[in-house]
Amino acid sequence: MKYNRILVRYGEISTKGRNRKKFTSKLRENIVQALKDFPGVSVSASRDRLHILLGEENGDEIIPRLQSIFGIQSFSPVVKVERDIDEICKAGASLVHKSFEPGKTFKVSARRADKHFPLETNEINYEVGSYVLRNTEGLSVDVKNPDIKLNVEVRKEGVYLSSEIYPGSTGMPVGTSGKAMLMLSGGIDSPVAGYLTMKRGVEVEAVHFHSPPFTSERAKQKVIDLSRKLSAFSGSITLHVVPFTKIQQTIHDQVPENYTMTSTRRMMLKIADKIRQKNEGLALVTGESLGQVASQTLESMQAINDVTNTPVLRPLIAMDKLEIIDIAQKIDTHDISILPYEDCCTIFTPPAPKTRPKKEKVEYYESFVDFDALINEAVNDTETITINGAEDSALEESFDELL
Amino acid sequence: MIYFDNAATTRPYREALDSFVKVNEVYYANPSSIHSFGGRVEKLIAQSRKQIAGLLKVKEREIFFTSGGTESNNLAIKGTAIQYGSRGKHIITSKIEHPSVSNTMKQLESLGYSITYLDVDETGRVDPLDVEKAIQEETILVSIMHVNNEAGAIQPIKEIGSILKDHSKILFHVDGVQAFGKISLSLPDDHIDLYSISAHKIHGLKGAGMLFVRDGVNISPLLSGGEQEGNVRSGTENTGGIVSFAKAMRMYMEESRDHLEKMKDIQRYLREKLVTIAGVRIHTPQLDSAPHILNFTIEDFKSEVVVHALDQHEVYVSTTSACSSKKSKPSQTLLSMGVGEDLADRSIRISLSFRNTMEEAERFVQLLIKETAQLQKTMRRSR
Repeated sequence: MKYNRILVRYGEISTKGRNRKKFTSKLRENIVQALKDFPGVSVSASRDRLHILLGEENGDEIIPRLQSIFGIQSFSPVVKVERDIDEICKAGASLVHKSFEPGKTFKVSARRADKHFPLETNEINYEVGSYVLRNTEGLSVDVKNPDIKLNVEVRKEGVYLSSEIYPGSTGMPVGTSGKAMLMLSGGIDSPVAGYLTMKRGVEVEAVHFHSPPFTSERAKQKVIDLSRKLSAFSGSITLHVVPFTKIQQTIHDQVPENYTMTSTRRMMLKIADKIRQKNEGLALVTGESLGQVASQTLESMQAINDVTNTPVLRPLIAMDKLEIIDIAQKIDTHDISILPYEDCCTIFTPPAPKTRPKKEKVEYYESFVDFDALINEAVNDTETITINGAEDSALEESFDELL
Repeated sequence: MIYFDNAATTRPYREALDSFVKVNEVYYANPSSIHSFGGRVEKLIAQSRKQIAGLLKVKEREIFFTSGGTESNNLAIKGTAIQYGSRGKHIITSKIEHPSVSNTMKQLESLGYSITYLDVDETGRVDPLDVEKAIQEETILVSIMHVNNEAGAIQPIKEIGSILKDHSKILFHVDGVQAFGKISLSLPDDHIDLYSISAHKIHGLKGAGMLFVRDGVNISPLLSGGEQEGNVRSGTENTGGIVSFAKAMRMYMEESRDHLEKMKDIQRYLREKLVTIAGVRIHTPQLDSAPHILNFTIEDFKSEVVVHALDQHEVYVSTTSACSSKKSKPSQTLLSMGVGEDLADRSIRISLSFRNTMEEAERFVQLLIKETAQLQKTMRRSR
């Protein structure tokens, strides 16, 4: 038997009163985006749930994709049949057979959303249950703690049967809480910060600072690969690659060594904020975790954060490194992050950066150069790439002919 | 020419050869070099890996490129033996494995490992219950081939896998060199930890192959060096071999979809016609055998004589497996299947590709009938 649809139950969004429609249609959009390479699929969202009609597509390939989309409480592959008790019984039996092994127990759990159906809930349970029992050797009933639970939902448009429930990623659909710019370095932390922000429904655009020849094409590729991993949670992601060499060199020439790090971060934040403004974002996101490195002390944060009054979200601020690594492994970014390429944060690192920089001092050091002109130039020359999780876009060198 | 020795090796696809040449002309940089030229080559290998992972429905990090089937088998078995030798030193295999497995086992025996060699039945198959019975506290690995290279029996890999899934300490290696692309299996679902594939058996080039290593399984490297391939297989990557392997695999799976039935028809035709020739005994089992192999004996003739007689017409078949056919030992596989030594000594193996045709099969049968009749006369005179 083939599944003909997947039923998706909403997470937190079903509590969101009047905004509900916005949430459900955004979730629908994200699912469509994530399943773009399955042309046979269509998605329809209603008030209480969302249905993915599979057409001729293979449901088993779609399941892992759904597991990474935020805003889904759980989902179940479903078979839809006519409102006919014989049909229900047959479909029920073959669903149970899918996960049946001798000795297993089961129960039928019917719900009659449409009270016009001639049989009552208990009668449906009884009819379907006894049919499945008769047709399955070695199966027994356990209503308290069954191994297999067969759900039968009678609705106006038909009867839905399912027996497996897959947990979703919960959270809120990406894009329902506005947009923010994620400072994506290539390390372990920033992708995790992006992931957690997305989980609360924020659409994330990544900003990466590229300093050739000090950082290599491979460091950039690494960030593209990380963005692709993150796009699994939103369908697609926009990546801004900022040419940063000139600014970094200027800082290096102008600012005393122990303040270069502070000043570099200030410039990055300024640039990211400008890109945010251009793209109508509402906040900035960083992977900072308190006390992890010199730039992540409260004093440093104050000196750096001083360049903007845009909210800077720091979802990792109170997390330990090990907790962060756990999430990075879960979202499959860890192995990319640990590739050993120089990035914008590791080059020009002074041997002893100030852990308690003074805002006044760094402002004074920066006052000798027109950084604003350099910043505008960098923003204008920024390269913007759209990365789609489902496919490799044109930015990949094409080896198709060879493969 | 009729080439019926595809289990020994296949003719590379034109397209795979073109990729190989182009890669070695254009993308010759070392992928470990940090310049962008090296970076492009690294990306090319990454894309080949991605393509193969997609075709096999496994993760990219589960694919380790090697120099071919022999290395993959050695890496799987010795790599497990070294890694888990402290946990136990018992390994289960069968009596009909390819020499790259059986000789590896012998070598491990000399290093203090104990090996159980399982019998096969008269169709050449291992009984999954025998695997279960052979399991000991000390067992670390079961290594069973997917399709026997000489007689063609398909082994009950799924059944063995489902027995082993309850023994989390035992790894399951499958030598898939003869099976890949012709016998369906699902690496993610069939509880296989290690699976060997060779490029030149699927129209790729010699010197390339891979070992699937299930995510979470660690094996010790055999080659120490520059830590390529996740430090499981050091040595500068054979970029041309890898890319042409990825290409050949894609094409082979497409051909398999379109031509597997035709291959089965040809095999069926050959079987039906061969049994009508006097003295022919077919060793390849009727049921559950690979579609490309047909192993038989003509009672009166030494296999070499038949191979040479066909050779005159540019028709190429093997005596036993090509690897062991130069040694004058009777086929270990056939002996294990209970075929008598006199017959096992005289076996001939036809092995097909998806590009062989029914016309070739018809011509082969005619030639075989003609040549054996001719030989029959000579033999009678000399008697």
